[in-house]
Amino acid sequence: MVAKFDLNDDSVVVIIGTGAGGGVLAHELAQKGVKVVALEAGGRYLPEDFINDEWDSFSQLAWTDARTTTGSWRVHKDFAGLPAWIVKAVGGTTTHWAGASIRFQEHEWKALSTYGKVDGANLLDWPIDGSEMAPWYEKAETKLGVTRTGDRAGLPGNNNFKVFEKGAKALGYKEVHTGRMAINSSEYDDRMACQQTGFCFQGCKWGAKWSAAYTDIPRGEATGNLEVRDRSHVARILHDDAGKATGVEYFDKDGNLQMQKARIVCVAGNSFESPRLLLNSASSMFPDGMGNSSGMVGKNYMRHTTGSVYAVFDKPVRMWRGTTMAGIMQDEARHDPSRGFVGGYELETLSLGLPFMAAFLNPGAWGRGFTTALDSYENMAGMWIVGEDMPQLGNGVTLSETKDQHGLPVANVNFDDHPNDVAMRNHAYARGEEIYKAVGATRTFPTPPYPSTHNLGTNRMSEKAADGVVNKHGQSHDIANLFVSDGSQFTSGASENPTLTIVALAIRQADHIAREMSAKNI
Amino acid sequence: MKHSHATRRPPLREPSPELAGISRRELLRRAFATGAMTVIGAGFIAAPDAAWAAEVTVITPEQMATLVQMARDTYPHDRIADKFYVVAVKGYDSEDNKAMVAEGTAALDEAAKAQGHENYASIGWEEDRVKVLQAVEGTTFFQTVRAGLVTGLYNQKDIWPLFGYEGESFSKGGYINRGFDDIDWL
Ligand SMILES: Cc1cc2nc3c(=O)[nH]c(=O)nc-3n(C[C@H](O)[C@H](O)[C@H](O)COP(=O)(O)OP(=O)(O)OC[C@H]3O[C@@H](n4cnc5c(N)ncnc54)[C@H](O)[C@@H]3O)c2cc1C
Ligand code: SF4
Repeated sequence: MVAKFDLNDDSVVVIIGTGAGGGVLAHELAQKGVKVVALEAGGRYLPEDFINDEWDSFSQLAWTDARTTTGSWRVHKDFAGLPAWIVKAVGGTTTHWAGASIRFQEHEWKALSTYGKVDGANLLDWPIDGSEMAPWYEKAETKLGVTRTGDRAGLPGNNNFKVFEKGAKALGYKEVHTGRMAINSSEYDDRMACQQTGFCFQGCKWGAKWSAAYTDIPRGEATGNLEVRDRSHVARILHDDAGKATGVEYFDKDGNLQMQKARIVCVAGNSFESPRLLLNSASSMFPDGMGNSSGMVGKNYMRHTTGSVYAVFDKPVRMWRGTTMAGIMQDEARHDPSRGFVGGYELETLSLGLPFMAAFLNPGAWGRGFTTALDSYENMAGMWIVGEDMPQLGNGVTLSETKDQHGLPVANVNFDDHPNDVAMRNHAYARGEEIYKAVGATRTFPTPPYPSTHNLGTNRMSEKAADGVVNKHGQSHDIANLFVSDGSQFTSGASENPTLTIVALAIRQADHIAREMSAKNI
Repeated sequence: MKHSHATRRPPLREPSPELAGISRRELLRRAFATGAMTVIGAGFIAAPDAAWAAEVTVITPEQMATLVQMARDTYPHDRIADKFYVVAVKGYDSEDNKAMVAEGTAALDEAAKAQGHENYASIGWEEDRVKVLQAVEGTTFFQTVRAGLVTGLYNQKDIWPLFGYEGESFSKGGYINRGFDDIDWL
């Protein structure tokens, strides 16, 4: 039955955060017989708790603890306290996510070698590549039940997709389909098929979309090796005189400070909280924060070169009906510098409900230019840009003057677009607008990026200890029993939605940790 | 907009004005018009045809009427009735907001005077009122009211049908049998 471990049990692996990285790692280790305590700042919500209402769901699931922002990105102006739209709950952002699950392209593991030096960018090759990752990707696709992989069929196209597909094909694009989605096209793994409810971002009430909250986590708990403590906010990682991690301090449900001992500590709080925690764990031995001899903790933050294109037609589309993001055009994902930028981008269908459309279509805008757009909401189609953005030393997380409810310095997120990001976004806007014009759009809206949903790179992986925070297993270059297990390990962002890769890395990391534990190396 | 729309937004599901306060009250003789609205005696404003009315307890009826007009001019939807704009700004009728509303509406009237009008709410053309709003666009008052409307107006479920938006769909079994792919004009 569900395990309960003692605070003084120093044989456990402590995992901080239970999202795509932490939730999967916890499950995989528990299946291998490793004892795990997973500490999660948020509460537990299951499909029956999810709400088909954008703001109510946001209040239920989103991380709204304080964060601050700086930099020239528009999010700083429009959403100064909300740099990211991510989740604080058991299962992390896999409750909100849309399910798009695609592998990196081969060349994207080698960003520096492929693109060459780019001024102002801090590019680096990953210490792993596509052939190393192929078997782990396959395990991840099987776990998530990704459509169009294995023998799983694609999802049917909804109205929003049909408009997108027709326009994209009219422009001659070839790789256009309903995506590789972690959403069941037919019953799979004890979860039912998608009912096309259209609230994928609000938590799937049918469980048709994969989320760690109702798959990996309860299954991990069922092994008797995993204890998940929800509403437990980790404040600090502790270490001994030899510089080994020994446990963590956390604020429990009631706000009391507790100490959990550990044999291994794995950080998986997403790309703002993970570096924040390492920085907040500074000590006399590690004055710049734990695992930070390279100075790279918190640096090289990436959020994908995003943006949306919405368009209005003379007839109804009703884009909100059906899966939120089951539609993709991949022809522009290639690396082709003749377009004026390195790397590539995907275009994916996207819809927002009316309340979020009002908030995000053009934040701060008012008057008839804005309201006539919303008046045509029923006739709107939408797509989202996901492109590779450049890692930059100046982009990232530092500790803010602002403190959270526990008195801990919060993350300040600084971000400036790189010229490559801007060139790519403008290219994508233009292509997106052409796609819709090809099917008769009467008005198009190149919509600015939302608060970040993809957050990457702030504890990056590197071959050499001087270039990054962790090695090819996500293991700290400095501290052998400290791991990073979330999207903050990303060396570069690639043009694909990140979660499949986060999950594949977590499965692979579990293997490594279990092996190293049996070998008594950690 | 600050991050905490969810916590700072004005109450979203207030009872409709009909339920909340007086409705269809007899218009008092000394009522006077501000734009399309009528201030009817102490504490009340109403539409000329009494289609809606609102009670104010802290701010003045004239201030409420100005706020309602300002809300409509900021996010004008000709098919959305005034009562929804009233619900969206009703939260400003509180001790906490009293000073901000008094100063903000006074500044708005000042800006209107500077452009040759008597006051903001009595300006006949929307285009002219918008010019006044543009003059105060940078103020905290304008930005607070505007940001509050993003949730205060658009998160009222009763207006969603006017945009075609269908809202919650789980209880109806999603759209799998209700037109997720019914587009017929492509
Ligand atoms: C609306 C939306 C749509 C998306 N759609 C897609 C998509 O289609 N495809 C895709 O690939 N990706 C998508 N994503 C991104 C995806 O959700 C994330 O990439 C992924 O969940 C990140 O995994 P993670 O493990 O890094 O962090 P998360 O999943 O965010 O998990 C981190 C967890 O750590 C917890 N935590 C943080 N700090 C602490 C602490 N100090 N103590 C204890 N717990 C802590 C948090 O509460 C959280 O639960 C989407 C995201 C959003 C918001
Ligand atoms: S559209 Fe499908 S995957 Fe999305 S919430 Fe509905 S049932 Fe779940």
